Amino acid sequence: MLLAFLAIISLAIMRLRNLFGVVMLGGIYSLLMASIFVILDAVDVAFTEAAVGAGISTILMLGTLALTTSREKIPMHTPLLPLVVTFVTGAMLVYGTWDMPAFGSAEAPPNQHVAPYYLEQGMVETGVPNIVTAVLASYRGYDTLGELAVIFTAGIGVLLLLGRRRDPARVPAKSEFASKNSAGGTETTSATEENKSCSSSGGTAA
Amino acid sequence: MRHHVILRVVAKLSIPFIFLFALYVQFHGDFGPGGGFQAGVIFGAAFILYALIFGLDNALKVAPINVVIFFIAAGLLLFAGVGVAALLYGGKFLDYGVLASDFVAGQHLGILLVELGVGITVAAVMIAVFFTFADRGR
Amino acid sequence: MDFFLGHYNYWIFIFLMMLGFYVVVARGNLVKKIIGLNIFQASVFLLYISIGKVLGGTAPIIIDGYGTDPVIYSNPLPHVLILTAIVVGVATTALGLSLVVRINEAYGTIEEDEISEMDREP
Repeated sequence: MLLAFLAIISLAIMRLRNLFGVVMLGGIYSLLMASIFVILDAVDVAFTEAAVGAGISTILMLGTLALTTSREKIPMHTPLLPLVVTFVTGAMLVYGTWDMPAFGSAEAPPNQHVAPYYLEQGMVETGVPNIVTAVLASYRGYDTLGELAVIFTAGIGVLLLLGRRRDPARVPAKSEFASKNSAGGTETTSATEENKSCSSSGGTAA
Repeated sequence: MRHHVILRVVAKLSIPFIFLFALYVQFHGDFGPGGGFQAGVIFGAAFILYALIFGLDNALKVAPINVVIFFIAAGLLLFAGVGVAALLYGGKFLDYGVLASDFVAGQHLGILLVELGVGITVAAVMIAVFFTFADRGR
Repeated sequence: MDFFLGHYNYWIFIFLMMLGFYVVVARGNLVKKIIGLNIFQASVFLLYISIGKVLGGTAPIIIDGYGTDPVIYSNPLPHVLILTAIVVGVATTALGLSLVVRINEAYGTIEEDEISEMDREP
């Protein structure tokens, strides 16, 4: 039932052209996903999804819309090829599910490998009743360290892309992007930038 | 948003509780649902609420961007530092068993510190990302 | 019928995944593309978590004793993977959105067609 709601909302997200509406539907989508996670016994994941999906990412999307535009334009090309591609890929994936274990079976291979060990020994070896935390921090510490490094890098990347320049001696506002590109050492991008400015000035002259 | 009295009062009342809840999620993550990732996001959300209601300038006074950037690195360093500390105590990298006198206590201590590092970095990244987006819009 | 009940969740996830894929490929608006990527990502999360579910199980938090009680627990491993993936996902989404903002500042539009049009003109 909840899954059906999810499908309906994602269809609405695809159809709607007002991006504010799309972002709001995205928040509802995340909350629905969180409730599905609770039903599927993943309380930690549900917690994260409710906090991240419905909270932070909605706010970030709204921030982006405030900085750009909130109307989506109708694309010029026909969506025939993407439709064919998605249908073929989807059909192949559905064919792949024929071999999948049935939903909720305890004998499925993913539930037989290391999971019973974690459930039996996790509490004994780490003294932490929440097995998810034990696996996250102890058994898969390397994994989590890597994930944290990814978050760190993404945060630094955002700061570099959007952060305000602290050095007031650098040239401000308009030529900022071009100067940054040439400082990056890529000749081609700065060339296209010049081309673009030429073409736009030509356009205004015409 | 400065003129909405109800928003301001409700935000002022609820922000301390959001912080408290974030700390609870952080340090109770061993026993119930929760942990560093969730706590970091909730902690960041409290700051974002503050910035939304009271304006970015006031929020930057509470958490200057330099301090936030410092904490982004500090959390990751804490995580890696716990691993290196385990190395120095004679164990393997990120093998917390050697950190305390007995194995289980060491594991518990290590998990607590590592989750703290995760929480700090996640919270700082969320705050920094929101601040840069909001700062760009002015 | 048993087969249908045991597998229809996969089919819905595939539907969601393909819908997100379609939005990414067919829509020109960059913000819409990122939302499509998020739908795609969400379907993968749901797939993992539903694989880890054991019928009649409960959340993997051991309450009393040392795990010797006969309670069935769901598989904790997918939970761990997806828990970190969600937060990494929002961080990378933020990175993508900041790229969109920069593109908007450089080109004045976030429609893919118009951007490639501008690049094509000499």
